[in-house]
Amino acid sequence: MMAGKLIATREGFGEEIVTMGKQNKDVYVVDIDIGKSCKTVKFRCELPEQYINVGIAEQNGAGVAAGLATTGKIPFVVTYAVFGSLRMVEQIRQEICYPNLNVKIACSHGGLTPANDGASHQAIEDMGVLRTIPNMTVIMPADYVATKKLVKAAAETYGPMFLRFTRDAVPVIYDEDQEFEIGKAVKISEGKDIAIIANGDTVRLGLEAKNLLEAEGVGVTLLDMHTIKPLDVDAVLEAAAKTGRIITVEDHNIINGLGSAVCEVVSEEANAKVKRIGVQDQFGMSAPYERLLAMNGITVENIVATAKEMLGR
Amino acid sequence: MKSMEKRVAYLRERAKELRKSALTMIYEAQSGHPGGAFSIADIVAALYFDEMNIRPEDPQWADRDRFVLSKGHVCPIVYAALGHKGYFGQEHLHTLRQEGAILQGHPCMKKCPGIDISTGSLGQGLSCAVGMAIAGKRDKKDYRVFAVVGDGECNEGQIWEAIMSAYTYKLDNLVLVIDNNRLQIDGTCDEIMPNIDLTRKLEAFGFETFDIDGHDMEEILATLAKCKASKNGRPKCINAHTIKGKGVSFMEDELAWHGIAPNQEQYEQGMKELREAWCSEENEEEDPTTVEEYLEGMKELEGGAK
Ligand SMILES: Cc1ncc(C[n+]2csc(CCOP(=O)(O)OP(=O)(O)O)c2C)c(N)n1
Ligand SMILES: [Mg+2]
Repeated sequence: MMAGKLIATREGFGEEIVTMGKQNKDVYVVDIDIGKSCKTVKFRCELPEQYINVGIAEQNGAGVAAGLATTGKIPFVVTYAVFGSLRMVEQIRQEICYPNLNVKIACSHGGLTPANDGASHQAIEDMGVLRTIPNMTVIMPADYVATKKLVKAAAETYGPMFLRFTRDAVPVIYDEDQEFEIGKAVKISEGKDIAIIANGDTVRLGLEAKNLLEAEGVGVTLLDMHTIKPLDVDAVLEAAAKTGRIITVEDHNIINGLGSAVCEVVSEEANAKVKRIGVQDQFGMSAPYERLLAMNGITVENIVATAKEMLGR
Repeated sequence: MKSMEKRVAYLRERAKELRKSALTMIYEAQSGHPGGAFSIADIVAALYFDEMNIRPEDPQWADRDRFVLSKGHVCPIVYAALGHKGYFGQEHLHTLRQEGAILQGHPCMKKCPGIDISTGSLGQGLSCAVGMAIAGKRDKKDYRVFAVVGDGECNEGQIWEAIMSAYTYKLDNLVLVIDNNRLQIDGTCDEIMPNIDLTRKLEAFGFETFDIDGHDMEEILATLAKCKASKNGRPKCINAHTIKGKGVSFMEDELAWHGIAPNQEQYEQGMKELREAWCSEENEEEDPTTVEEYLEGMKELEGGAK
């Protein structure tokens, strides 16, 4: 019904967190003075008893959330991805992950989506950095539908988690009844020639590339790896065994993100070639979002070309 | 005293031109932060067109005074000052936030001449200003460092860490300007994280403090002069009481105008108000009408002073 509609995934978060908060009085929002743009205004108005705003003080916010979690509350710390990862990374490590507390860091402005704000606001290292901390779960939903389902799952599943949403609008690709499980890839298609593993706002690109390749008779396995940690190892190995060729696509530095996670598994346990498409270890700049993706080869054309190259076509 | 009057009139005109440029930039980019840009326009005008010892033709001049925009999101007002000073061609003032532009959404020192440090993530710039000021002391240079910090930005713990190091290292060459416009994003500072009394806080942290009306040009100039004269080993803090959005009636003191661009109608209305601003009848008769004439007048003043 909604398929194709353009909507930023931060909107999905803003709606679902209200539903979660109404269902469970322990669900809290800890805002860091950007609730407006991270879409928590509705939560703030409707559930003031479950709402805290610590001002522009990310490190304090992470610590306050940890304290709340020790009493059984389920705080969602809400900010931009670059700050919610890097600015408070040590607090996340020491006070959230080490004691394994039930804190969720829920961030808008993931990847290159804060496009015209420039490099200072674009988050290209966040998922990789947080992936290296024990006990942390790292998630980026592909669209509005996936966001709502995964936010619900996050609220209902114990443990530290980082969720990353888009600032800019991306198309809805899933039906309302699609199911999502943390740590389990969504297999969008199955084919024997090549596998495309994408996450977040790049799943839509993988989908378009898949359609183009299939039209040329190439069998494509397309996985939405919304959770990069814990990685769905079985899904990766199955895709590797079936196709022997994997392309990863992500709106994140090619170092230490989805591509790296897939390579870690494949190099140890499979016989397949992996090509990584993502941010080319360079800072962004102010420019339209689609242009920033293009500067890094994160495009449908490049996925198709890479697939053909791997297939020797 | 005539010369002080002329300086003030000139700088007010300058501030008006900065606001017009910043508004145009944000309108053309259809993105940016007008509110906090306008609240510091008068101070930025005073610094760039009167106080700071700088050479636009030599942005890397080692002895220059430094300017740190710790609240980097309001960079259009500083870009306007740099452009009007001649750090780069005026054509750049129409490229804010565009692909390939030197005028990034948040200031980038590698791209834009005249930017002394990249900022955008709040709370960090003041520490860099402290580093510059310490280097000035160690290298026995006379330059001074001016840092503009937001009142919301004072929520960040790092600001207070920087304040403590400024006192520790006796940085009387550092002037911290707090843009006390009483608003942040999710509400007023009093709602989100009350600052209570920043002057008293800074005093307690060892700074020499000045409480001023950040839109009163005469007071700004007098205070900057006091900061310059005071070599007592204490860092300076100007707690500038300002109005977010100052200069455009519908933006003034309005939370909503923190980070949005005007539409065409709002832009035209804003420009009209800015053009007409502060043109009291007597001023209209007395004052030169173009920026160039003001510049000439300024040169005379400078010559007279030396
Ligand atoms: C570390 C960090 N957290 C959050 C933001 C998002 N942000 C941009 S402006 C702003 C509010 C700033 O308020 P204030 O310092 O009072 O500035 P002003 O009122 O002058 O705009 C926030 C929270 C940021 N840029 N950096
Ligand atoms: Mg403010």
